[in-house]
Amino acid sequence: MTVTEDRPSPVLGTRRLRREDPALLTGEAKFTTDLNLPGALHLAVLRSPYAHARILSVDTSAAAASPGVVAVYSGADLADTWGAPMPSAWAVTPDMKNPAHYPLASTKACYVGDGVACVLATSDAAARDALDLIDVQYEPLPAVVDLEDALSDRVVIHEDLGTNSSYTWDLKIEGHEGQVAEAFAAAAYTVSERFVQQRLIAMAMEPRAVAAVPQPFGGDMTLYSATQVPHILKVMVALTLGIPEHQMRVVAPAVGGGFGSKLDVYAEELLCVALARKHGVPVRWVEERSENAVATVQGRGQIQFVELAADADGKLTAVRIRLLADMGGYQQLITAGVPLLGAFLYAGVYDIPHAYDFSCTGVYTTLTPTDAYRGAGRPEATYAIERAMDVLADTMGIDPMDLRKRNFIQKEQFPYTAFTGLVYDSGDHLKAAELAAEMADYNGVRARQATQNVPGATKLLGIGQSSYFEMCGLAPSRVLASLNYSAGGWEAATVRILPTNKVQVVTGTSPHGQGHETAWSMIVADRLGISPDDVDVLHSDTAIAPLGLDTYGSRSLPVGGVAIAMACDKVIDKAKKIAAHQLEANEDDLEFEGGSFTVKGSPDRTMPLAAIAFEAFTAHNLPDGLEPNLEAQVTYDPPNFSWPFGTHICTVEIDTETGQVDVLQYVAVDDCGNQVNPLIVEGQVHGGVVQGMAQALYEEAVYDTEGTLKNGSLAEYLVPAASDVPSITLGHTITPSPTNPLGVKGIGEAGTIGAAPAVMNAVVDALSSLGITDMPMPASPHNVWKAIQGASK
Amino acid sequence: MKISVTVNGTVHESDVEPRTLLVHYVREALGLTGTNIGCDTSSCGACSLHLDGEAVKSCTMLAVQADGASITTIEGLAQNGEMHPMQKAFMENHGLQCGFCTPGMVMAATSLLKENPSPTEEEVRIGLEGNLCRCTGYHNIVKSVLAAAAGN
Repeated sequence: MTVTEDRPSPVLGTRRLRREDPALLTGEAKFTTDLNLPGALHLAVLRSPYAHARILSVDTSAAAASPGVVAVYSGADLADTWGAPMPSAWAVTPDMKNPAHYPLASTKACYVGDGVACVLATSDAAARDALDLIDVQYEPLPAVVDLEDALSDRVVIHEDLGTNSSYTWDLKIEGHEGQVAEAFAAAAYTVSERFVQQRLIAMAMEPRAVAAVPQPFGGDMTLYSATQVPHILKVMVALTLGIPEHQMRVVAPAVGGGFGSKLDVYAEELLCVALARKHGVPVRWVEERSENAVATVQGRGQIQFVELAADADGKLTAVRIRLLADMGGYQQLITAGVPLLGAFLYAGVYDIPHAYDFSCTGVYTTLTPTDAYRGAGRPEATYAIERAMDVLADTMGIDPMDLRKRNFIQKEQFPYTAFTGLVYDSGDHLKAAELAAEMADYNGVRARQATQNVPGATKLLGIGQSSYFEMCGLAPSRVLASLNYSAGGWEAATVRILPTNKVQVVTGTSPHGQGHETAWSMIVADRLGISPDDVDVLHSDTAIAPLGLDTYGSRSLPVGGVAIAMACDKVIDKAKKIAAHQLEANEDDLEFEGGSFTVKGSPDRTMPLAAIAFEAFTAHNLPDGLEPNLEAQVTYDPPNFSWPFGTHICTVEIDTETGQVDVLQYVAVDDCGNQVNPLIVEGQVHGGVVQGMAQALYEEAVYDTEGTLKNGSLAEYLVPAASDVPSITLGHTITPSPTNPLGVKGIGEAGTIGAAPAVMNAVVDALSSLGITDMPMPASPHNVWKAIQGASK
Repeated sequence: MKISVTVNGTVHESDVEPRTLLVHYVREALGLTGTNIGCDTSSCGACSLHLDGEAVKSCTMLAVQADGASITTIEGLAQNGEMHPMQKAFMENHGLQCGFCTPGMVMAATSLLKENPSPTEEEVRIGLEGNLCRCTGYHNIVKSVLAAAAGN
């Protein structure tokens, strides 16, 4: 069901099939491990089995003598190789404590999976065989697994820092500091909850893979990597290894999903490049899945203390948030900043005064580093406010839908300047919520619930909602600067019309499943009045697309796609000058429609873009001073984030005897502004919802007290299968963003952001008749059963 | 050890290390890299291919166990430049995003329809539970398989 405003376009908004698919469907697509690199050496990394241990000695002699082995290195052997520690790009406070982190540890291992030595061999099998022959003597130290324990500094992980606390970042509203305490003192109702965002593993289906190919005599280095961020990677590898940036080329071949876990600069990327330089031959590495579980960043890992104040009508009057963020053993690329991406969203979609107080402390533990995972900070924020709203509704004895309606920012208030100073571009929360309620038969489920959830019932019905706002489309560079992020948030695009009127688009976005080639070709076709089939989209190779900031944070369309539209307009402006010259008309008298310029009022005086492209190429008859060829480049720095929103409603039935949660229906109403390709939008929401549902019901990286991951394989870590999840019922409202010429917002993370709280609100709602008021994630049969047993005592 | 296998209609005589997994043989010895490796516990199904007409996870068996067998990989599914109806159904229903699980998913799905030509949604979901996808939430994969079944 879609509620839409008319926006006629022959291309935009159509369900165009993806041009990416044939190569992927037939096995032609080349992922990094598929590259044929004759003479390549294979890298394997020996990883610490201890969460926290001093490295006393590393004996590589037996491994070095193993068949096929070319070289073995300990962390100490390579210590002089690194020009700088591994990069972390987000020093959130000036006094943030950040330990030096190198691709291989040489004195101390800080998590299970921390690399301590590596082997180069003529085959992957030979390299892995030799790992067993490296003799590392460790002195085990106490693991630090629990966040609150870490905060006590009972065991300090990085002795030189003197504490496990890395930073405390506060968001207080200037001039309104006292208002929060006043609001809580005056509140008719308050809520105080503690939620845990369990650690999650992204489990992109393609594990990471790297290949570094040197050209010893040319001096250049090509790094192939299963990465979301070839452009960022290029700069960071150059800086870390002291390679002149213009001699580094990074290519992201076909990439099998990322979800934030490939938004990073990893030890293995640096090792492959460094060793390829040293040995003068290609070096490649492929991650095994169980290695991925510990050596690739994990997501979430927060304890949230959430307080709401409300007046007698349930109108929110203040929000106070305290977070502990588990950073793991070290910081990776944006570890410290992930919670900040949610810091502005703990009031959700609600109209609150300037009474907002947020504080986050980043804490080191002896676990795998955390970093961005689909939604990065925003799912955590949405979960906190949306679960707390249900608690408030329960406290007041009113329906949670009713409570939300009393607090929504109203349609008329947009663009809405929030208490933080951020401007929410557009929204209609009430419309999205009402559409979702209608599609989910909200009132009908409530009525059924009254008859079904009677004392002694073994199947309890629950319905839960979440209404979300997402701050995405990262990001205005100046806002990033104010958050101390080290880079900008612009995106680059080049549109080049070839002499035969075929078009090349060069984008700095780097897709790994999102269908950019299809979507970008549609934007260009719409703008230039040509067929999408005549548009080639070039990306993910820094030699072809030298400028870019890559794909994460639902930024590709609202930043990269908009840059492409603007580059098209720039090309059209130039073409217009040529058309005016050749048609002997004034530029102002020309109209561009359907791929042709026409003199207003003289339909016979017309010139198609195809003819102009050829004229621009031959340059025989151009206006004085105009450069030949039709090409334009735009670097677009967005003036604002984009603010997609929506309401999700989940209906569950819980078996009280087994604790099993069955999702009976999942309705997602999302609004991402104008849709370029609804087929792709729907796919993004489906996948996002299931990832959020997976956090709610299935997934958790479980560690023992020694800091060992207990479920580090796909046999034990419960990525849902088709049989574990339902079909998703989708609805859309369309509220264009006024801040960009396409009226678009991002959609990559929305599903995940909306889903976990909707599912958990449904679960708690179902169990509320037993007196249960909260449930830890995941709501696994075991956890639910335990809660039911506890409640019945 | 010497083995003889027919892969996508071509007979290959190879000398393999006994410990070589079938998936490594197909990818590395034959260069058929469409079959992907997504895990090390036979959980994800990315390496599914057809062995004597039935879908198997090619990481669960050794290359030597395939001696004498006839294998179809994802590269062998399209015929005469035409995608297989299952491949077309995945394209038409947006049954893939990153595409990494896709070859295995398509091979498993074609095998499923061979056993059960008119499955219900529930049967498709259960039939594909050995193949994991992280992008699509399965919604459009299930839709693709049902569409392929309806077209048969």
